[in-house]
Amino acid sequence: MLKILRGLLAVLVMLQASTANATLSIEIIGAGEHQIPVAIAPFGGDEKSAKTIHDVIAGDLLRSGLFRIVDNAGKAPLALSEVNYQDWRGLGAEALAIGTVSASADGRLTARFHLLDVVKQSELVGQEVSTSNAQIRAIGHRISDLIYEKLTGDKGVFSTRIAYVNRLGKRFNLVVADSDGYNEQIVLTQNEPILSPAWSPDGSRLAYVSFETGHAAVYVQSLHINQRMVLANFRGSNSAPAWSPDGKQLAVVLTKDGNSQIYLIRLDGSDVRRLSANSGIDTEPNFSPDGQNLLFTSDQGGSAQIYRMPITGGSAQRMTFGEGKNFSPRYSPDGKSFVFTHYEAGKFYITTQDFQTGQMQILTEGGLEKKPSFAPNGKLILFASEARGHGILATVSSDGRVKQHMFTQSGDAREPVWGQ
Amino acid sequence: MKKHLITLTLLGLLAACASDKSKEASGTSALTRAPVDDRSSSSSSAANSNNVAEHSPESTAESSNQPSNDMLNDPNSLLAKRSVYFPFDTSAIQDSDIPLVQAHAKYLAGHGEQKVSVEGNTDERGSNEYNLALGQRRADSVKKMLELGGANSGQISAVSYGEEKPKATGHDETSWAQNRRADLDYK
Repeated sequence: MLKILRGLLAVLVMLQASTANATLSIEIIGAGEHQIPVAIAPFGGDEKSAKTIHDVIAGDLLRSGLFRIVDNAGKAPLALSEVNYQDWRGLGAEALAIGTVSASADGRLTARFHLLDVVKQSELVGQEVSTSNAQIRAIGHRISDLIYEKLTGDKGVFSTRIAYVNRLGKRFNLVVADSDGYNEQIVLTQNEPILSPAWSPDGSRLAYVSFETGHAAVYVQSLHINQRMVLANFRGSNSAPAWSPDGKQLAVVLTKDGNSQIYLIRLDGSDVRRLSANSGIDTEPNFSPDGQNLLFTSDQGGSAQIYRMPITGGSAQRMTFGEGKNFSPRYSPDGKSFVFTHYEAGKFYITTQDFQTGQMQILTEGGLEKKPSFAPNGKLILFASEARGHGILATVSSDGRVKQHMFTQSGDAREPVWGQ
Repeated sequence: MKKHLITLTLLGLLAACASDKSKEASGTSALTRAPVDDRSSSSSSAANSNNVAEHSPESTAESSNQPSNDMLNDPNSLLAKRSVYFPFDTSAIQDSDIPLVQAHAKYLAGHGEQKVSVEGNTDERGSNEYNLALGQRRADSVKKMLELGGANSGQISAVSYGEEKPKATGHDETSWAQNRRADLDYK
């Protein structure tokens, strides 16, 4: 893997925050094997809005590592009739995006956008995207998603959100942000630790662990109506919430009966059922996409390894073997593989393993790399890392080729999780 | 989509306030990995474990929740030591720490009204959740030995901070060794 990376042209792009509340700056390392050359013509309409949308699209496509942005050489067609395909072929573009943005009296923005196949000289997609003026970046992300899906065949994840914990000295902020780090919203701030945020399947709620009462308890907070409830607050530690795919129950780790074991609990905090029963530590449960199984971390065999068990309980099957310890498993969206943290000889590595072959693939160089989670399309993995003495967020493509580092303006970013 | 955007707008308003706060915070603590442990009782126990003689009147005075009991506050007593240290990824109390835990057990047995919180901590090697469980297991193993020594289970609460409240923030064995511990915090 290191060899492959060394052989690749390293691209380094700093995307500076253009609004005051954006807190992450981003570095991209590595590139996809085949980058699709895309040209984005300057959008017509209000110059400032057009530039923002253009920058969002270019930033999204570059960060994916799968595209190269072709310089438009001063050409700016606004309508299909103004496009001279030969010009764009000459510039080396395989696809071209054109569009205009307009504002209505009620403050809404509408972008009309076309994606063209320069080689076949045909339209791939044409769409109108509309939003309030305040959410102009959402228009750019939506267009990026359309371009990504048309040109790669996979769903884009630029309109998705992430959650993470920002630690500033004694202060802990639970943060929700766009997948590019913009539109940061602090949904909880306190002087006690916050751990393990977990998105509900519909993206409307976050479950997390908070130490605000002096010990670890699990809370569920609605993001739409700013309401929160205690899900589990038994004696000892209550932690590691994981949503079932139908959103009706969660797996949690409780110590109320002794050692850390996995339980199921309904969303209203009722019907607590113990699933695992051994004398070790069982933690970090994660539901399979079909809701039938749980992956989890357990030291029941002597050291921390990944296990799988049916949600009806029953015997657990060990999934990871060999040197080192393994933590924090999460299923891929298609359920065919899982990502986890592999610890060996003093370093943590973000690693995937295929269920069928049992083949393990280390995706990163190693360091203080923890808590991986897949993007909804399964193509990217978000995790916590460290650089220049700070906790940062990082992503790696699921083939290990493209990496990004996202730096917060201050403090440490930790415990990230990718949402819908 | 429309509903989603309305929600984003509302959250955006919240963020506008919140981001101001984060800027204020960054002015004082920007770019530092400050220790997050602000409990005075814990800092006094840190002094104790390093050097008993350093257990000065000041460090006792700053712990306002310390009971005014001579035996508990005698710097020459084993009770002045409030931290139990553990090797990597283990929760069994080492032989060298057994007298310390037994002294606290005896004290608690003789002072039935006294409450203590046992707080388990870990180094950063392991996932945060695994470490939370490991810290709990360390706290529970101290609690168990206190009970075996005569303390009543109602006197002891065992909690874990995992790797969330490191005493030392370096990424080396010297720091890790300080963070692999359970603290006895008398209430």
